Amino acid sequence: MALKLKLHTKPEVPLEADCICPDRMQSLSTTEIKELVVFHGNHQVPLKDFFECDGNFDGEINIEGDLTDVKHIASAMSFGKITVSGNVGVHTGAAMSGGEIIIEGDASDWVGPEMFGGSITIKGNAGHMVGSGYRGSTIGMQGGEIIVHGNVKNETGHVMRRGLIVVGGNAGDFTGVNMVAGTIIVLGKMGVRPGAGMKRGSIICQTKSELLPTFTKSCDYQPSFLRHYFKYLQSLGFTINDALMNSPFERWCGDSIELNRGEILLYAGKQ
Amino acid sequence: MKIKSTAIVDTFAEAFKMYGSRVIITAETKEWAMAAAQSITGFATSVIGCKCEAGIETTINADESPDLRPGVSVLIFAMDIESLGKRLMERIGQCVMTCPTTACYNGLPEGSPVIIGGQLRYFGDGHQISKVLGKSKLWRIPVMDGEFLVEDKFNVQESVGGGNLLILGKDQKATLKAASAATKAMRSLSDIILPFPNGVVRSGSKVGSKYKKLIASTNDAYCPTLRGVVGNSELDGGINSVLEIVIDGLTLEAVEQAMRVGAIAAAKPGIKKISAGNYGGGLGQYHIHLHKLGLEA
Repeated sequence: MALKLKLHTKPEVPLEADCICPDRMQSLSTTEIKELVVFHGNHQVPLKDFFECDGNFDGEINIEGDLTDVKHIASAMSFGKITVSGNVGVHTGAAMSGGEIIIEGDASDWVGPEMFGGSITIKGNAGHMVGSGYRGSTIGMQGGEIIVHGNVKNETGHVMRRGLIVVGGNAGDFTGVNMVAGTIIVLGKMGVRPGAGMKRGSIICQTKSELLPTFTKSCDYQPSFLRHYFKYLQSLGFTINDALMNSPFERWCGDSIELNRGEILLYAGKQ
Repeated sequence: MKIKSTAIVDTFAEAFKMYGSRVIITAETKEWAMAAAQSITGFATSVIGCKCEAGIETTINADESPDLRPGVSVLIFAMDIESLGKRLMERIGQCVMTCPTTACYNGLPEGSPVIIGGQLRYFGDGHQISKVLGKSKLWRIPVMDGEFLVEDKFNVQESVGGGNLLILGKDQKATLKAASAATKAMRSLSDIILPFPNGVVRSGSKVGSKYKKLIASTNDAYCPTLRGVVGNSELDGGINSVLEIVIDGLTLEAVEQAMRVGAIAAAKPGIKKISAGNYGGGLGQYHIHLHKLGLEA
């Protein structure tokens, strides 16, 4: 039976709850889990002050409530599954290396920063810096998947090095900024300056975008790897129509102020 | 034992432990996928002379293929993992990468991995790009029509090679018709291939030769022209043509099932006997007895 957590008291200030993580709850009884420490502002309080705990931890945690002000859920998670029936706060899945997180609502900024593996699925929208590196860090996401069915804000995949980020809706500005490698797929529109400073990696977008002058068009072609990816996205519930599947893409290489080994693939079919 | 008027000889096929792999080839059209599949399975009838045995397993509809394009599944077998890895490298590099629009994927979820795309990538001369999706790593190698996509590793698994049926008929026409019926029925099965031309071999072999340099020579016991010449002929007076079907499979069960289906389909008027080839039982790891295939049912 999965452990069920239900937010009974909305925190007045953001609650830091990195203890909500299978790695921290492993081998603990429900009583012990209730006593795990969370930071309410600068006060250390037990988890039970904010959450009702029910059931036994068996690798799976189901959370109910609006967790918009709850930070660091599943930080450094390496296994198991967390399902949140609502929104989540910042730094969800930070540095996670395995397991699965499913957010039924929206996510705040910094989803999966510097993560190594595992998967995060957000059914709603996400904020800024999805799969990014922290400020000053040269390496962001290094593996795993972040699947956002809605929109994301700015700097998605900043300094990303490996892994896959999928955005079902629109992405804000600077998508894949300073990207080192990896794959970002945006099924909606991208804001300005995608791929700025990217070294390697792929940014794929279903709509045409204005690119920086440091990107050069290579050709129009149909990359077979994209069809492989699109089939995977279909299995995740995304709608990939025949036009997208069968149309050529413009290949732009850049950023020439860096290695010029990155690519932005823009849908070249009828918009 | 008989199937209709055809006698089933109480003997066994002597099959060998081999290593097998499944290669999935996709392309823009089924014609181009088939062109690559025919190329990669060319000159691969027997490990004796070709270093590997290969054949087309089945075609794959676009909606079932890894990249939603028409595909062909190919099985390739060799005697050990290292040798199979080399054959995969050579054949995918020379026969699939060269074929327009193709992509190439590992078709076995389990097994020992051999690095294929990870070696072929060097053809990209530094412009190759790797992609990781789930547990698979793919290489995009720039080529003149776009990109060749190939999986980094292909799994190989312990398999069975050399399952066989001998069809002994009253004349060439009847024997050929029975062999064709058998191969048609066997091709509907998965996990097996029939590596010889159109699935049939007429030059069955025995171990050794009067010529010291040869490790194999014609199976004189089953050559109708040698009845009365050799002392060990297995052919009685009414048999004037013999054809063999060789089966390689990913599992023993798949080979047995193919032999069962093939024997039943081959038991036609004009076929006196259905037998199987062996070397006395001392060479192959698997003995597949015809009378234990459940042919009565």
